[in-house]
Amino acid sequence: MNILKTYKIYIGGQFPRTESGRFYAVKDQDGKAIANVCLSSKKDIRNAVQAARKAFGSWSERSAFNRGQILYRMAEMLEGRKAQFVEELMQQGQSLEHSKIEIESCIERIVYYAGWCDKYQQILSSVNPVNSSHFNFSVAEPTGVVGVLAEQSSGLIGLVSQLMPVIAGGNSAVLIASEQLPLCAITFAEVLETSDLPAGVVNILTGSAIEMLPTLAEHMDVNALFLSNAGKGLTTEAQLLAVDNVKRVVVKDEDWTKESNQGIRYISSFQEIKTTWHPIEQIGGATSSY
Amino acid sequence: MKTEDTNKWEYAPSLEGTKHIQLKEKYDLFIDGKWVKPNADRYFASINPANEEKLADIAWASESDVDLAVKAARRAYVDVWSKMKASDRAKYIFRIARLMQERAREFAVIETLDGGKPIRESRDIDVPLACNHFFYYAGWADKLQDAFPNRSVESLGVAGQIIPWNFPLLMAAWKIAPALAAGNTVVLKPAETTSLTALKLAEIIEESGLPPGVVNIVTGHGDTGAAIVNHPDIDKIAFTGSTAVGKLIQKATAGTRKKVSLELGGKSANIVLEDAPMDQAVEGIVNGIFFNQGHVCCAGSRLYVQESVADELVRKLKQRMQSLYVGNPLDKNTDIGAINSKEQLETIEKYVQIGIKEGAEMFQVECEVPTKGFYCRPTIFTNVAQSSVIAQEEIFGPVLTIQTFRTIDEVIQKANNSPYGLAAGVWTDKGSRIFNLTSKLRAGVVWANTYNKFDPASPFGGYKESGFGREGGLHGLEAYLK
Amino acid sequence: MTAQKPLFSQVPISPCVDKVGVEERVARFQTRSIKGASKLQGLSMVLSMIDLTTLEGKDTPNKVKQMCYKAAHLHDAYAGLPTVAAVCVYPSMVPIAKEALKDSTIKIASVSTAFPSGQAPFDVKKMDTKFAIEAGADEIDMVISRGKFLAGEHAFVFDEIAAIKEICGTKRLKVILETGELATLDQVRHASDIAIHAGADFIKTSTGKIQPAATMQVTYTMLMAIRDHFDRTGKMVGMKPAGGISTSKLALHNLVMVNEILGEAWLSNEWFRFGASSLANDVLMQYMKQVTGKYQSADYFTLD
Repeated sequence: MNILKTYKIYIGGQFPRTESGRFYAVKDQDGKAIANVCLSSKKDIRNAVQAARKAFGSWSERSAFNRGQILYRMAEMLEGRKAQFVEELMQQGQSLEHSKIEIESCIERIVYYAGWCDKYQQILSSVNPVNSSHFNFSVAEPTGVVGVLAEQSSGLIGLVSQLMPVIAGGNSAVLIASEQLPLCAITFAEVLETSDLPAGVVNILTGSAIEMLPTLAEHMDVNALFLSNAGKGLTTEAQLLAVDNVKRVVVKDEDWTKESNQGIRYISSFQEIKTTWHPIEQIGGATSSY
Repeated sequence: MKTEDTNKWEYAPSLEGTKHIQLKEKYDLFIDGKWVKPNADRYFASINPANEEKLADIAWASESDVDLAVKAARRAYVDVWSKMKASDRAKYIFRIARLMQERAREFAVIETLDGGKPIRESRDIDVPLACNHFFYYAGWADKLQDAFPNRSVESLGVAGQIIPWNFPLLMAAWKIAPALAAGNTVVLKPAETTSLTALKLAEIIEESGLPPGVVNIVTGHGDTGAAIVNHPDIDKIAFTGSTAVGKLIQKATAGTRKKVSLELGGKSANIVLEDAPMDQAVEGIVNGIFFNQGHVCCAGSRLYVQESVADELVRKLKQRMQSLYVGNPLDKNTDIGAINSKEQLETIEKYVQIGIKEGAEMFQVECEVPTKGFYCRPTIFTNVAQSSVIAQEEIFGPVLTIQTFRTIDEVIQKANNSPYGLAAGVWTDKGSRIFNLTSKLRAGVVWANTYNKFDPASPFGGYKESGFGREGGLHGLEAYLK
Repeated sequence: MTAQKPLFSQVPISPCVDKVGVEERVARFQTRSIKGASKLQGLSMVLSMIDLTTLEGKDTPNKVKQMCYKAAHLHDAYAGLPTVAAVCVYPSMVPIAKEALKDSTIKIASVSTAFPSGQAPFDVKKMDTKFAIEAGADEIDMVISRGKFLAGEHAFVFDEIAAIKEICGTKRLKVILETGELATLDQVRHASDIAIHAGADFIKTSTGKIQPAATMQVTYTMLMAIRDHFDRTGKMVGMKPAGGISTSKLALHNLVMVNEILGEAWLSNEWFRFGASSLANDVLMQYMKQVTGKYQSADYFTLD
């Protein structure tokens, strides 16, 4: 007899049960229960945001090279556990072929964003030729704690496509997994946990999007939201709740299976441009001509 | 010490002439290249805050006027502007810049009359920067693809733009120039207390031959702005103003397809370390908080001074403040002009009272101020805590709070301890320390060993509740492209 | 003067100076618009603050005599004008100037210490100074040893100034930093602090032989040193920009700086001087323009 795996949530590098003690059963196509999954609560959101805030400072200050190494490590770890993910996707009703393709795409996407970690700054930044004796430059800095509502229609590729540009850019994230297809999300957390990703940089909760998203959207310590195909009602609700701390709400209703839906634009959506000025002293009549 | 036979030397008034200024008694709305009366036939007075005299009557646009303007902008977008060769679009914007330059002095005088800012600032800062902004973005119009080489660039459509009263012409330029360069058409609403330079700009736009409807200027109060924000056929809202109104706009546009950029309030930290170039820091503090009477969203209104140099710095600051001239904005020697409106003066005075009640120690420059008009003497508060109301809320006036700190970690924490994140200043002679601070301060603009510098090529905008989106530079184009 | 000998160890650490910030500050002074009665008052002050100067190898007794006459009779066509503050000459010309100005209150300033380079043995510099004083100089304009200063021998520079001040006694000592050779404003500030603490009654920008001379940036930096010294000790030190100030507009902007940084206490020739050879006539022309309303011609203002 198989044992039924209990999927826990991922907060601050730990795998606790939801503090609410609630669960829901995920069923296969035949209606047979395949796993118990946490039905996370407001307090789990609170804990996750706290963990994400705590992790943000050091993650954002890590060298870009190091962030890239860690993301690449994720791809390696995922590669090693492909079979488990394929199995979970299939349990949730996906064909073998599609499941394999999805995992391959996920690995590719992670590698793709791993490569961006130490490059997007060069594309997004600028040196600005101001009309005075100042050196002026603009750099991209991460927005902060990003709330991600994962694409609900996919088990992993949506989540990966949304999460990677957020953390590649130095943000920390609180992610609400697909309510109906949550298994890979938690297994992916195990991948993260074994990839040298610092605790709290990514936090993953399972449960009801309708219940949790408003808490995340109105949370005063969340700096941005990332929504994908959440539906007009929920999207608008989140946008309204986001107002109190002027959250950036990024809505990308994309088909994440397409390779065209990856790119620096997803990184730049969660970057702030900081412009710095400093005087340039002109000494005497000396010029740099030679 | 022999001091009795010294010479007191005061500067006689040196007033900028106003004879060459052409102002109409009444201004209508600029819609579809024509001056049209507001449907409700309502007007409001624009007064000179320096002497409370009326300057002109300004049309008050209603929803139906805004609708007319949006329709004109849409027509112009579809029929003309989106089809025009980009290099021709550039030429129109260049032409506007040139025409503005030619009438720079007139713009400066009107800006000063209408808004109360010193003529020195409108002449040397506001107007040249506004002209330069048009020049800068004109050149981008036919290089958009080069700006964003890894994607296809497309204009948004009709942009609704709402601007504040602190830099009326400059903010109009900040809004209109990138919008046009990126290929959008515009409906712009100036602030109700300072409509005149935007209307003079409309005259120049008319003169430039810009196709009708590409830029529409609708004047009015908050309801006019709301009509723009809520208009269903607008693709983009760009707003500069208070965080409170910014939030209303964010709310109103939730669930719509409107792209939004917000440039909101601030309570920016200006940090002086013990190894700073002290006299230049004093100058930067003065520039940071007293520039434009402190009506600056990025004003360095929270001063943090390292304790070891605090006494000396405050003494120097007080000394420096004594040589600030407060008075008639038209006087070329005036450093601090009139507060923009009676309302704003009352707000500032309310905060000054709060500061006194909170037990902070106030210092104000001892000087005469005109009896008519709205004036506020430069004010600093010492003995202020992070928890003091005056150190947390945006006052938008010439009022500075001063706190001391001991270590760099402490001051970074305190500087970031605010819902805002627009700007910050850092004063130290040590390069590595500058980079440490400038990278850790959560603010969109960081001035190191300088303050309140602006340039068309330099992106400007905030973190957190100071808004999102950037204006200026290459990054400023993004707000007007798909 | 304190009776105690000044000590190099007592020179305070000079604050650093950001040149771009100084340039911006100076630009603000230049936007001050001086009109009407303030302009007349300012121009009159400028005239009274001039150290009318001739410091050339080809100076002769007759040249000096003529200049001295001009010093006392700036523009006799208009009554009520002040005389200049002093004439400034080489030590060898001090007796000539003394004789020429014996009936006036105009002071005789003499350069010394192997002006303009200062590249002479210390004893020679002391003799140079003694000679000038014995010949009747009221004020001594010494140069610092820029070579030593730039080589980092600040104590040497300090001691030299202190020694010359000792020779001067009650005669006022102006210390020329020759800022054009110091290159940075940080160095200007440091040299100012050294000179002030070593006993300078005035600090002076330049010899007039090196460009750039009295730029407003340099004068500003030196004025701030004077300000800080006053705030710290209550003692006033005078300022003399010299070289390059040849128009009344520039002179007035310098006065604006003094007025706003140091205050009215410094607005007299006891505490502020202009070292200039050709400034006076431009000021006179501007003055007469204010008085008559007509633009003036140089042909109506005497050259000496």
